[in-house]
Amino acid sequence: MTCAQTILDYGLRSLGIGERLLPRTDFTLCQQVTLIGSGLIWNLYFAFFALLFGFFLATALALAKTSTNPWLRKPADGFIFLFRGSPLFIQFFLAYEALVLLPRSGIEIFGMTVATSWLAKAWAGALIVLMLNTAAYSAQIFHGALMAVPKGDIEAAEAYGMTGWTKFRRVLWPTMLRLAWPSYTNEAIFLFHATTLVFFSGFPAFQQRGDSLYYASYFAGQTFNPFVAYPIVAGYFIVSTLALIGLFGIVNRRLNRHLPGAAGRIKYRPQVIR
Amino acid sequence: MFSFCGDPSVLDGLAWLSCYLTTGTHMLFYASFGVVLLLLAITAPIALLFGYGGAMASRSRIAPVRWLGKLYTSMVRGVPDIVFFLFVPIALDQGLEWLRHQALCDSDAPVRQGNDFVVCAAAKLPLSTSPEWIHDIYAMALAVIAFSVVFGAFAANVLYGAMQAVPRAQLETAEAYGMTPRQISRRILVPQMWTYALPGLSNLWMILIKATPLLFLLGIEDIVYWARELGGAKTSSFAYPHPDWRLYYFIAVLVFYLLMTWVSERVLDRVTARLTRGQATMAGEAQRKAVAP
Repeated sequence: MTCAQTILDYGLRSLGIGERLLPRTDFTLCQQVTLIGSGLIWNLYFAFFALLFGFFLATALALAKTSTNPWLRKPADGFIFLFRGSPLFIQFFLAYEALVLLPRSGIEIFGMTVATSWLAKAWAGALIVLMLNTAAYSAQIFHGALMAVPKGDIEAAEAYGMTGWTKFRRVLWPTMLRLAWPSYTNEAIFLFHATTLVFFSGFPAFQQRGDSLYYASYFAGQTFNPFVAYPIVAGYFIVSTLALIGLFGIVNRRLNRHLPGAAGRIKYRPQVIR
Repeated sequence: MFSFCGDPSVLDGLAWLSCYLTTGTHMLFYASFGVVLLLLAITAPIALLFGYGGAMASRSRIAPVRWLGKLYTSMVRGVPDIVFFLFVPIALDQGLEWLRHQALCDSDAPVRQGNDFVVCAAAKLPLSTSPEWIHDIYAMALAVIAFSVVFGAFAANVLYGAMQAVPRAQLETAEAYGMTPRQISRRILVPQMWTYALPGLSNLWMILIKATPLLFLLGIEDIVYWARELGGAKTSSFAYPHPDWRLYYFIAVLVFYLLMTWVSERVLDRVTARLTRGQATMAGEAQRKAVAP
């Protein structure tokens, strides 16, 4: 079997397209690279949507945390403590066990039946956990940045007659993002790396549709040789991480475009697991 | 455990629960919390040692040593550490067995035959004749090494930054006093770097606590393993039948971790305050002003 044929067969295997059976004997390098690469789709999917939704939730949480109203502040503090204080691995297990307890037939709300079985699937359940987790970590970062917005900026905005939403949208929020962006880049990278935990933590890989580390550990288990599959995952992740840093660097330059010389290179300080 | 636990099927309510929570397997579950604490207690100093070595190597004047140090500190950057947790134990195990194969086996057969990794019986680690607890300790030792390697690389990053942050003037003063590089490092650099390293190290400690459930992936019977085992639905053939209680077990584990991080945060705040005392930093200055208004 040629490598091109392998790519056709297994290139989208993680989505359930192509060959059904995973290779069982005579593993070629091409098969390993293709399948692990196909698993990377899941990592990218989880990272992209968790960051997208988590970003807005984090902004709301950060604002709630700065609020003087205890009814807003306390829940935000509790949420952040809960998700930052416990391991993501346990959060996955807990969420999975909680989600499978939901009734299989769905829940009756106002006479309508809302299906719930999809929540226990990895694509939804794990995404929700990742989203809440990154929201908690990012909210802490955004809160710190919000506290660091220069007083003069706010006074200037008020002198222009800006209040409430306008002030937030045009002054507070852009400045907060600008200050938080280097740390937020790191958070995005940690989250991307944390997506490899999904299929090791309760959430089953339906029809062996897993992420890149799932396939890598499959190969390592079948061949008793960790020296091929794991370096392939490592390679994929290094390339993706560099791409992520590049992407966030573009945003960073855009956020800092009014400040000549301020948009330095983002220094990546790793602290992967939560 | 209690005297009234003889026949669980006649118990109910609180008595049933007290007997249920003190069964032999539950005792193993409680002991596994100790395993987590043990792992933390062993790994943290070893990782710090690895980190110190890595940071010193990155500062070395000899280029190959410096490159090695830089490579070590940067290897965890782009790659998820779970990959390392899965990779290091197997790689180490196979490496050791290969070395023993070369030394102890007579055969010239290659260790990799198709999809199998074959060494002779004498080279197995641990030997198949050795008792169960040796196997447990061996698995745990591999886990400790995997954790130490990964967290050592993180710690090396932190300590390298801290060593760079020690004010140049202090080191130059030491030079002016005629101290040798070794003396400077021992008397000035290492004592002074802690205040700069502490924020990073406390962050690292939190991350280490939150990484301990990954022991489960390494096949250790840790709290996650027992929470799944004990929580799973038990049919009436068991002494204590119950439905699927895994959710409650995981909530207990979650609370344990929340407590751990909460206590650590309090303790680390105190250590930070102690190490800041008398330092020429903003925090140190604030502390001084607070004492003497």
